[in-house]
Amino acid sequence: MTPPSETAAAEIEVEADFEELAEKKPWYIRTIEMARQQPLAASGFVIIIIMLLMAIFADLLTVFPAEDNDLEYMLAEPGTIHSDLELTFLLGADQFGRDLLTRIVYGARTALFVGFTCAIIGSTLGLILGVASAYFGGWFDLVVQRVVDVVMAFPLIILALAVVATLGPGTQNVIIAITIPFIPQCARVVRSNALAIREIPYVDAARALGFSNARIIMRHMVPNVMAPYLIMLTSFLGQAILLEASLSYLGMGVQEPTPAWGLMLQGGAEEFAESAPWVAIWPGVAISLAVFAFNLFGDGVRDTLDPKLRSR
Amino acid sequence: MTHLTTKLALTALIGAGLVIGSIAEAAPKSGGVLNYVVGSKIPSYDGHVESTFGMIHPIRPFYSTLIRVNPSNPADPSDFVCDVCEGDVPKGEEGGTKFTFKIRKDVKFHDGTPMTAHDVKATMDKVVFPPKGVASNRKAFFRAVDSITADNDYQVTFKLKFPTGTFIPALALPFNFIYAKKDLDAHGYQWHKKNINGTGPFKFVQHQKGSFVEGVKNPTYHFKGQPYLDGIKAISAPKLAVRVQAIRGDRAAIEFRGFPPKHRDDLVKALGDKITVQESDWNCVLMMTPNHKVKPFDDVRVRRALTLAIDRWGGSKYLSRIAIVKTVGGVVYPNHEFAATPEELSKLAGYSKDVKGSRAEAKKLLKEAGVNLNFELHNRGVDQPYKVVGTWLIDQWKKGLGAKVKQRVQPSPPFYATLRKKKDFDVSVDFNCQSVINPIADITKFLSTAGNNYSQGGDAKADAIYAKLEKSADPKEQRALIRQYEKRVIDDAMVAAITLWWYKINPHRSYVKGWKIAPSHYLNQHLDNVWLDK
Repeated sequence: MTPPSETAAAEIEVEADFEELAEKKPWYIRTIEMARQQPLAASGFVIIIIMLLMAIFADLLTVFPAEDNDLEYMLAEPGTIHSDLELTFLLGADQFGRDLLTRIVYGARTALFVGFTCAIIGSTLGLILGVASAYFGGWFDLVVQRVVDVVMAFPLIILALAVVATLGPGTQNVIIAITIPFIPQCARVVRSNALAIREIPYVDAARALGFSNARIIMRHMVPNVMAPYLIMLTSFLGQAILLEASLSYLGMGVQEPTPAWGLMLQGGAEEFAESAPWVAIWPGVAISLAVFAFNLFGDGVRDTLDPKLRSR
Repeated sequence: MTHLTTKLALTALIGAGLVIGSIAEAAPKSGGVLNYVVGSKIPSYDGHVESTFGMIHPIRPFYSTLIRVNPSNPADPSDFVCDVCEGDVPKGEEGGTKFTFKIRKDVKFHDGTPMTAHDVKATMDKVVFPPKGVASNRKAFFRAVDSITADNDYQVTFKLKFPTGTFIPALALPFNFIYAKKDLDAHGYQWHKKNINGTGPFKFVQHQKGSFVEGVKNPTYHFKGQPYLDGIKAISAPKLAVRVQAIRGDRAAIEFRGFPPKHRDDLVKALGDKITVQESDWNCVLMMTPNHKVKPFDDVRVRRALTLAIDRWGGSKYLSRIAIVKTVGGVVYPNHEFAATPEELSKLAGYSKDVKGSRAEAKKLLKEAGVNLNFELHNRGVDQPYKVVGTWLIDQWKKGLGAKVKQRVQPSPPFYATLRKKKDFDVSVDFNCQSVINPIADITKFLSTAGNNYSQGGDAKADAIYAKLEKSADPKEQRALIRQYEKRVIDDAMVAAITLWWYKINPHRSYVKGWKIAPSHYLNQHLDNVWLDK
């Protein structure tokens, strides 16, 4: 048993080492280094930050109203000047005369709101379920895993469509529809990691000390499965944005006049693909860019947190 | 004199050329299979039960009706001709309460059985007097019918309780398929939902569900020399883009419902004179129906404010470029003599060209009612024209009333369930689509007793006016009564509002001849006069 005075001294020493390290490399240097190591992830991260800023400051960044029709300018070409407002439709206008750039900026709000909400809720519930399933084992694990098997048997989009068809369209229901398929996916991955952790002696020690199950799960197991959790979370972000856009495109997601990329694509792709292609092109570009950015960033997170994968 | 002679000769020559030309153009060629695309599913084959073009377009060519809209002049709402009857459509005897039809002797069902007056009677009995538990969607159109009798094998008589102008147009409805009495007797009234045995120009071959319906020429068809086509193939294509591309790629020659203007323009631009476009006003209107049982829409001031805020004239100008709506009108099909003139319309709430004035009045009404509007617009998950008009309406209410409106869109089955059963909506997009133009029957939707009045409300005064209208035989009086009824239902009591009337655009391959556009996508679909100029 180490005497308390010695432990304190060792802690002070370690802290001093960290401080020294921190002094050596300021945060921006470390950030640049990370960006050099993971250039694709860094570029994805930059795009995500831009999108986040667009979503947060949409009111300040745009000059046209996002939802108001201006039928005189329906399907205005990119570069058309609004004679009354003396403003330019930089990316053109849609079939209701609404500025496409404005709607894409506001659409980022919808995409990110749905994306983050679904990814965070889905992966967090999956984390709890996966760890609990691994920790308790026995019949609980058996039942949970069979349910997970059933849910995972359906492709994401099919399951999401089924949920929306049952609950009806709308932002809230879209979030539920996308979140549900994420839970078992995350639970399955987290469980496999948690199973290994369960066998490590410190969990036995915690049990022997009489800690409650909740405390063991939350304090000793969950922190040790954060790596797969974060990897799943980042990969869900892109998937959720794509799913939201897909559901809206199919008319089962967000509804007019709310700006949403999939909805914009749906309104424009079929009818105006030839006569006014900009109506479909720009929301399509926004969706692709967002999913691309989240996938790049997610890959970077995975490579950083999972050294086994990095070495392959 | 020589000069005059030359002029006369030239005129004669040009005239002769025109006549010869028109004859040459009018001479139909036999042969070929018409491929056409249909954008809706077939719920069942039973015309007496169904109301969708998804059934009419593929199934109507297998059946005949007693009378029909003149296929050569389908735009005229009063031009009816015999189909399985003989001679002219009867005018009515005994003060317009008795109609006797002579039945053709050369009509045969596809199974070879001759068709007689008894088949017509059995069919019309099913439509007009269905037994309890048997659905008949157009029973209400025949409220005036007292009895139907088969006087002999080739004569049928209808007796009416009172004279009415709605009877003959109702009889010409394309849904009144003639069924064989022996089929009804042997198999019951549900058999025709899944089986086809008609007397139409084409015989049923097969139905690959979700794919196509196929028919071949009926060699014993009662109009000799017709049909011109060897066969038909109705291809199922629910997506609009697929239907357009099918015509563009010549996988299909025509779509009978109608395309939005942009698709017409794209097809014409791409195919030039290989595409012919037919356009017509459409006996179909998109409505806005408030739920009278839900606050604040139980207050007529709020309902009037909703209609006052809509700029219909501006909407018509712009929406007609992107959607299948165009015409501003009242409750009656705009091209009918009973329809309101622009001057009459301008006196109704929401029809004034002074939009600012109307909206000021609307805001005043809302202020009086003490209401800040914040509600949900219930809509059908169909782009054309439902979702386009829904988005436009939301903007109109935002601009005109400062209302906060969310849109709840549902696919067709739950959409109807909400309107008919759940009734849990604030304001809904609604429609009134009819086939044969029959104004007195078509405007029943606003009656408090009408099954398709989804407002859960009505107006006793309007009901009383309609009762008079139904029994009036004088067109002048009928027109005047319709104006009174119209003022009540879309203004004073605002049972439900008319938004814009649909506009039918049918671009088709130029080699499709003989088909004339009608003011309804249900009409002129027997296809016995269609031929291919290939």
